[in-house]
Amino acid sequence: MIKRPLLTFLALLVVGLAFEFSVNAYIQLTIIYVCVNMILAMSLNLVSGYTGQFSLGHAGFMAIGAYVSAFLAFHFTIFPESLNFLNFIIFGLIAGMVSGFAGWLVGTPSLRLKGDYLAIVTLGFGEIIRVVLLNLETVGGARGYYGIPGFVNYTFAGITLSRFVSGFGVSAFWLVITFFLIYRLVYSSHGRVLISVKEDEVASEAMGINVTRMKVWAFVISSFLAGIAGSLFAHYTNYLNPSTFSFNQSVNVVIMVVLGGMGSLTGSIVAAIIVTLLPELLRPLQEITGVDLRMVIYSFSLILLMILKPNGLFGQGLGHGKKSKAA
Amino acid sequence: MMDNLIRFVLVTMLSLAFLTGCQKENANEILIGQFGSLTGNEATFGISTDKGIQLAIEEINKVGGIKGKILKVITLDDQGKAEEAAQVVTRLITQNKVVALLGEVASSRSLAAAPIAQQNQIPMITPSSTNPKVTEIGDYIFRVCFIDPFQGTVMAKFAIENLAAKKIAVLRDVKSDYSVGLANFFTETLVKMGGEIVADVSYQGGDVDFKAQLTEIKGKNPDAIFVPGYYTEVGLIARQARQLDITVPLLGGDGWDSSKLSEIGQDSINGSYFSNHYTNESQEPMVQDFINKFKAKFNETPDGLAAMGYDAAKVLIAAMQNAANLTPKSIRDEIAKTKDFQMVTGKISLDEQRNAVKSAVVVKVDGPNFKYVTTVNP
Repeated sequence: MIKRPLLTFLALLVVGLAFEFSVNAYIQLTIIYVCVNMILAMSLNLVSGYTGQFSLGHAGFMAIGAYVSAFLAFHFTIFPESLNFLNFIIFGLIAGMVSGFAGWLVGTPSLRLKGDYLAIVTLGFGEIIRVVLLNLETVGGARGYYGIPGFVNYTFAGITLSRFVSGFGVSAFWLVITFFLIYRLVYSSHGRVLISVKEDEVASEAMGINVTRMKVWAFVISSFLAGIAGSLFAHYTNYLNPSTFSFNQSVNVVIMVVLGGMGSLTGSIVAAIIVTLLPELLRPLQEITGVDLRMVIYSFSLILLMILKPNGLFGQGLGHGKKSKAA
Repeated sequence: MMDNLIRFVLVTMLSLAFLTGCQKENANEILIGQFGSLTGNEATFGISTDKGIQLAIEEINKVGGIKGKILKVITLDDQGKAEEAAQVVTRLITQNKVVALLGEVASSRSLAAAPIAQQNQIPMITPSSTNPKVTEIGDYIFRVCFIDPFQGTVMAKFAIENLAAKKIAVLRDVKSDYSVGLANFFTETLVKMGGEIVADVSYQGGDVDFKAQLTEIKGKNPDAIFVPGYYTEVGLIARQARQLDITVPLLGGDGWDSSKLSEIGQDSINGSYFSNHYTNESQEPMVQDFINKFKAKFNETPDGLAAMGYDAAKVLIAAMQNAANLTPKSIRDEIAKTKDFQMVTGKISLDEQRNAVKSAVVVKVDGPNFKYVTTVNP
């Protein structure tokens, strides 16, 4: 069992190398965006899908992670530039911890309540983060934070590996951690507790479960991972602007979770791929017709998918025991 | 059954992603990439610029293109988002293989895109990103507009010399770097010239109620109010100011330049002044020629952004004609040499920082028309 994450990671690295030599930088950038969105979707799924709490502030946690990591990269170097991807892993970890702490601050008071309060609080929180960043001159304010140290090219024996390789390597590393962390958590006794909280808070409380603690716990892990996604985003794009982390971005992550199916990691992964790729796929259409039908078709396909599969693509039976015929 | 169908559709769509990359290359075409906000909050900016560029390209293609090749512009929408701008520019460079880039209006998107152009050594001309930082990214990034410090100076000079207004209130949009920068440069020059900032308050782009800020300003009795924001908010601010009996003129920058300004501000905005790249009242034959052609094609009067788009494309076309060959490198070198080039928005020379040295005009709002007041030279 312990070998599987490692194997997955190695397999992903091979895939990454294959992409390095087969596709151009635009598709590579899109692939990195897919990875970032996968981490975001899976982490939100832990809160929304498994624990049943509705959060609308994921972009806020992502923003904290992105800006903290970028800030650290500007002011500290641990490893020399030739190994700078190791820096980014460490900065990502710190950024994640800061996000996790923010998640704890937000979650502790608001998760005590039942119902939709969390949605309102996290919504407000996300906006606060954005407005603070907008007014923080040290990280560029509204102009944006640019020139962030990022992944570099490597040359071995005449072969140049682009920044995509190290970027994808780090993404794969976090992707594997995210997946196995949530997967194993959900299938452990703690995970059962989380699901019981979702199913019926009163009943689980009667069974002696500290409901608030479990909810806060899930929320902190989720914010931690969102922070890491933000860090990846910051170092690959080398530019951050507060407008990226608007309410729309939070909603986008919610879309991925719902589209993939609440409480399905596979679903989140597939949905992250679709939601990221579909608008890009439709770009040639704009080049050919000259009319921007992109967002119309994109939104329309989302509506269609939700009508045809109201539980999301993989959203049946939580993946526990009862497996649907389709999955 | 339904599931299989959905899965089939999904797989087809995803595999298409990689197939669409293989576009046919046409040896008789020169590809130019354009990226802009064709949708989103600042859509009129992107659309106007796009029209200007289209017009310039159409003109050159009518006379046979450049070196026997037809120019083709690939326009992609970035929805006014920085991360989309980065993605779109990467696409234009690596997938469409353009030799030059035109875009963006907003400085924040240009800042996201410029490092990518620089890294891939593709020349990029921004029509109207006025933030000084944009061209500092590298030697492949140019602009054909003046920069914010100049624009702020122009309005400060104008306020003191032409309006004899010494006490000025500033109302800035903290959400926009453009607005904050302009307000700072304006303040600096005004104070240096002996003026006084009696109030400095702020709002956020997207706000609709400005009465609190305006009431505060009213208490200070300024001679004029400097509002370096975008047209939507400025229109609303003007109306609310008149409702509060503030009768002094408003001053602003090129973010005001939209036909929507008077639509939103109605009578209240009349008599206010802003600095702009050009005036359509100019009797220069080139300007009149441009306006006529634009009207014939799009059936509307071009705004400043359309003129800037047109000019950016013109600079690029001239550079391509002069270049020994059509590689990005030689096009870049020719753009850098641009000197005393006559354009719709004035004579332009590019300095060593790849910024345009050119004059600005101050216009007065009079309903849907902007009346020419004065020209300020650098």
